[in-house]
Amino acid sequence: MSYVPHTPDEIHTMLECIGVSRVEDLFDTIPRSLRQRAELKLPAPLSERSLLAYVRARAELNLSAGRSSSFLGAGAYHHFIPATVDALVSRGEFATAYTPYQAEVSQGTLQAIFEFQTMICQLTGLEVANASLYDGGSAAAEAALMALRLTHRKRIYLSPALHPHYQQVIRTYTRGVGAELELLPAETDGRTATTELAPDTAAVILQQPGFFGCIEDLARAAECAREVGALCISVTPEPLALALLRPPGELGVDIACGEAQGFGVPLSFGGPYIGFLAARQKFVRQLPGRLIGETVDSEGQRAFVMTLTTREQHIRRERATSNICTNQGLCMLRVTIYLALLGRKGLRSLAEINLSLATYAKSKLQQAGLRLPYSAPTFNEFVVEVPDLEARHAALVEQGIVPGLPLGELDPQRRDQLLVCTTEMNSREDIDRLARELTA
Amino acid sequence: MSTPGRSGLIFDEALLFERSRVDRPGIPLEDPEVPCVDPREVIEPKLVRDDIEGFPELSELDVVRHFTRLSQWNYGIDSGFYPLGSCTMKYNPKLNDLAAQLPGLVDLHPLAPETAIQGTLALAHELEEALAEIAGLDRVTLQPAAGAQAELVGMMMIRAYHRSRGDDQRVRVLIPDTAHGTNPASAALTGMEIAEVKSGADGILHPEQLAPLLDERTSALMLTNPNTLGLFETHAEELAERVHAAGGLVYLDGANMNALMGVAKPGHMGVDVMHFNLHKTFSTPHGGGGPGSGPLAVRNILAPFLPTPVIHREGDRYRLDNEFPYSIGRVHAFFGNAGIYLRALAYIRTLGAAGLTEVTQRAVLNANYLLARLREQYDVPHDRRVMHECVLTDRRQQATGVTTADIAKRLMDYGFHPPTIYFPLVVHGALMIEPTECESLESLDAFIEAMERIANEAATSPELVTGAPRRPKVRRLDEVRAARHPRLRWSAPDAES
Repeated sequence: MSYVPHTPDEIHTMLECIGVSRVEDLFDTIPRSLRQRAELKLPAPLSERSLLAYVRARAELNLSAGRSSSFLGAGAYHHFIPATVDALVSRGEFATAYTPYQAEVSQGTLQAIFEFQTMICQLTGLEVANASLYDGGSAAAEAALMALRLTHRKRIYLSPALHPHYQQVIRTYTRGVGAELELLPAETDGRTATTELAPDTAAVILQQPGFFGCIEDLARAAECAREVGALCISVTPEPLALALLRPPGELGVDIACGEAQGFGVPLSFGGPYIGFLAARQKFVRQLPGRLIGETVDSEGQRAFVMTLTTREQHIRRERATSNICTNQGLCMLRVTIYLALLGRKGLRSLAEINLSLATYAKSKLQQAGLRLPYSAPTFNEFVVEVPDLEARHAALVEQGIVPGLPLGELDPQRRDQLLVCTTEMNSREDIDRLARELTA
Repeated sequence: MSTPGRSGLIFDEALLFERSRVDRPGIPLEDPEVPCVDPREVIEPKLVRDDIEGFPELSELDVVRHFTRLSQWNYGIDSGFYPLGSCTMKYNPKLNDLAAQLPGLVDLHPLAPETAIQGTLALAHELEEALAEIAGLDRVTLQPAAGAQAELVGMMMIRAYHRSRGDDQRVRVLIPDTAHGTNPASAALTGMEIAEVKSGADGILHPEQLAPLLDERTSALMLTNPNTLGLFETHAEELAERVHAAGGLVYLDGANMNALMGVAKPGHMGVDVMHFNLHKTFSTPHGGGGPGSGPLAVRNILAPFLPTPVIHREGDRYRLDNEFPYSIGRVHAFFGNAGIYLRALAYIRTLGAAGLTEVTQRAVLNANYLLARLREQYDVPHDRRVMHECVLTDRRQQATGVTTADIAKRLMDYGFHPPTIYFPLVVHGALMIEPTECESLESLDAFIEAMERIANEAATSPELVTGAPRRPKVRRLDEVRAARHPRLRWSAPDAES
């Protein structure tokens, strides 16, 4: 199989037109010493049927969320995806197009991104947004880089409740430009303390809700940042929370970023996902990646086009705001379709269902005698202390229950802490069983 | 000849927000069977929002029609010939989409316990080994989410390598004037400085042009091979030797691997680290601009600096290893774009060694055939044998007032997606054409005939070309207006000032 259509006669005709006798002659600009002598050492090719059997056999070795009772969240959320999302996103006109450089034959992708940008603005309460970030981790890192450019300062405070992987990505991305990263202290209720900021601070970065589930007081954090002339950045890995909580933009946050996977993008072992990043209008020229704007064609019809491209790498090269050139098209489309399907009331109702399930789970686990270490309010995720967690966790996985993320894997001091997430994919019965098994 | 045919009914379609009707029921949600909680009872009311103002309210059929209509305004590989240079718009096999989305893979949580992810790790490890073999290098990471992120990661690794040897002063990255814009942008993000290397009059790099730029500050040469003119860098091996002799490393932008697979290995040309664009060479969907996937292959000397986590194999068990003391760190929240790289694995496993080599041979055959035919009417800036793509200019058409952009727009009227235009920057009015291996002689001939007709139109009735396109849903756009008065989101009419 190689999906090549040429007949032997056609190859002959083409070689004759080019003026060479063999296909091998077309490679004569590669010095002989650099040409491969042996064939690549790869396994023998599989037919369509045998490829599927081969992949399926490996897929069956996984204990996926769909095949278990899973309470894992922590930056990747198991939500129901309506059939319509996959049906529409699979259309070849969307899936096999590329970056909409030629706007006249790319209006479908362009209008969808414009709609995505609008919905991210509506959810975050900010003025500009785009669809150009790989995932929540790199979105947080790009927001940090934006703050360094905007303030010409180097110090960034990270909340200790910022996803540990996001913290690591920010560290990797900002090392080359010499940022100084510091951790803020935590309060006993699980929220971040933001009062002690140095005067040369570029930004304060908080997660909403925090990694341990606690809902932060972003207005207070934004106020503290403003007092020292710093920017306040919020990071939201579970986007459904935005349907329930006050929009960051209304609370004084300057850049709201995060992960939109929860809106119709499958778990898929961590990718592809789609980061989002929204900011105040005045920061638009420092935004990384593609932006889509409205304009008209030569007959005055409304149309959409990539715009403000002078920020970007293909024009600015080493002076670009970022090296990004993706627009995460297919993931952007999934999110836009998903949000259109759920809509204004549906999205809110779904968020309330998630909150209700988590509230029920918290009380069930407490009734079973387990302690919840944090008193701050939560959305669909929270921490519970489980004595002898390591052994219990392993035993539950054996039974097809993944009870959450054992936090000792990330921080040895949290050996008995479990991060539990409930979504509409967890039934009341699943939760009752979790409470029973964790305390059995 | 144009792609014959008429358009079906192409509808206008308002924005989602304009189609919305208050209280229109959307898709129903399931009753959770637990007591409903009023958010304000469990969260301080000042932290709770009332409504998502402006959000659409639509029925399922509204949404299906909306996105179906939008899709019909797009041109994809599935619609027709898409010779966008440097982007390798080859056929995206439907089989690979299905394979990567099988249950067990598509619903696997990235933080599931090690025992729960063995199947995906086995597939990922197999892909790493296949890519290492194709590259002729030692180790591969699948972490980078796109080619541009891979460039950034590769340059970070190079910098970490120099620092580990006490060579903190090695901060200058040499980049040819034909390189993709991401190369300098990525290198600059690591805090290094960029020096441009001029290519010769023949369109390729020459060791003597590179030599004066090499010294104890040299960090790396970032090479694209074949370069963006579609030309093989014939002196690749000597360029690498010179960079290595000066203490630098060689990075390869692997965007153009569709010209090399099975024919030549970058590792044999002195390349130390390279990325693959799986959405180009390995047929994963371009998706309207993403998501991509940019695995990075490295020589053993760079392996200690790979981003974490790294897949570690012990017998028939796999684990994700984070204990890598010299690692540059984490670059992605989880483990790269599994949903994309598993498609690439399906492609490699169904083609095998002979199939991949055939891909390269036919891609190069198609590009050379196009060039042989098109050079009669269009100016060719560099008269050398091309690999997988060719570059033309609008020099012969300039006198008529017709530009490269006009030619591109006119191609739409003939039913084709235009080539990449005005890139590489070293060629005036460049038209960069990459046919890929998947196109038949008939589709190449139809494109050639359209290009010939356009050349004739430019000479005889240029307004046909400068007034294009007429066939798509919208005519030529006012890009200046979009940039001068940016409207980057919809607002309710009464909310506008």
